[in-house]
Amino acid sequence: MKITRGAVVEEAGNSIENKTGTWRTFKPIIDYTKCIRCMICWEFCPEPSIYKEDGSEKPAPKEALKKLPVPIIDYDYCKGCGICVNECPVKAIDFVKEVK
Amino acid sequence: MKNDWLFAPGHGMCAGCAAPIIVKHILAISGENTIVVNATGCLEVATTEYPRTAWRIPWVHVAFENAAAVASGIEAAMKKQGEKANIICFGGDGGTADIGMQALSGMVERGHNVLYVMYDNEAYMNTGIQRSGATPYGAWTTTSEVGMVNPIGNIRPKKPVAEIMVAHRAAYVATVNIAFLRDFKRKVEKAFSIDGPRFLHAISTCPTGWRSDPSKGIEIIKLATETGLFPLWESEHGEDIKITYKPKFLPIEEYLKTQGRFRHLLKQPEYIERIKEDLKAWWRRHGVEI
Repeated sequence: MKITRGAVVEEAGNSIENKTGTWRTFKPIIDYTKCIRCMICWEFCPEPSIYKEDGSEKPAPKEALKKLPVPIIDYDYCKGCGICVNECPVKAIDFVKEVK
Repeated sequence: MKNDWLFAPGHGMCAGCAAPIIVKHILAISGENTIVVNATGCLEVATTEYPRTAWRIPWVHVAFENAAAVASGIEAAMKKQGEKANIICFGGDGGTADIGMQALSGMVERGHNVLYVMYDNEAYMNTGIQRSGATPYGAWTTTSEVGMVNPIGNIRPKKPVAEIMVAHRAAYVATVNIAFLRDFKRKVEKAFSIDGPRFLHAISTCPTGWRSDPSKGIEIIKLATETGLFPLWESEHGEDIKITYKPKFLPIEEYLKTQGRFRHLLKQPEYIERIKEDLKAWWRRHGVEI
């Protein structure tokens, strides 16, 4: 490892090399048949390990919702805190024991 | 890049810590033209485990006591060079209410164009849950242990740092709670629309130090506001504070029982009564009878 002068980190946001998903003991899983795509989980994810993706191919509780983006959990970084599970207004996120 | 937040994942903040939520939303509003000065604390230590950083904008770590002084210097130097950027200071409650208070007072008094954000988890969580000036009355910490000699925990009331900033006539002062996202975003946007020294006090759940369920982080701080214990208000240029959200005034036990640090109080209602009296007195001073 090269030690930089003044402990300067030259590459912004390189913490993505740390895969903090290994911390997880419980895993949140979004049930897209219930998800109303309100993005509250995306707003509150502390990592942030939830991102938005085009949702036209995902199942949805109503056809009209398919126009909206869906939240996707990035398990490389999700620490399994469960805030998304607790805050989901339609209880569309299951929280299951992690199997590794 | 899968996500475009200016705060990257892969940092070492505990699961369920609310501080990264506060940071990612403030940076989203501030944008790329931002410089962050970070006082020592959980946020600084855990987001920049050398040789890595979670920050996608220029960021500098300075000691506990001088974050506001360094931000003042950056602001003055940029002004001299004719450049402009949003300069944000992040400090915890220890780095703000206790150790950084003098530098913060000076920064506000001299009128530097900086936004100072205190993320307040109500103790020195990074070093092992020692009490700070912002620890509330009745909270257990490792330096306010509960036992036969002291059945209360922390015996001193919380230092009202945001009100101290109002007394400094800061350009803008507000208390913010990420559980009230609309109020939170409006206040952060307002803070960036005003020139001069600005101060935001953000309550931040610490599952480790509060002895609480990590998944309940948002729910718990929502209760802090709904019980009236963490009132949401704002003030411009030292004027009287304006309440921006009328709480439901739920029984404070609803908040206390969510956290192990208050567990001893639930068996000792006389101390809960004292918290309620203080709470009533604060709201009475601001024209609300509860």
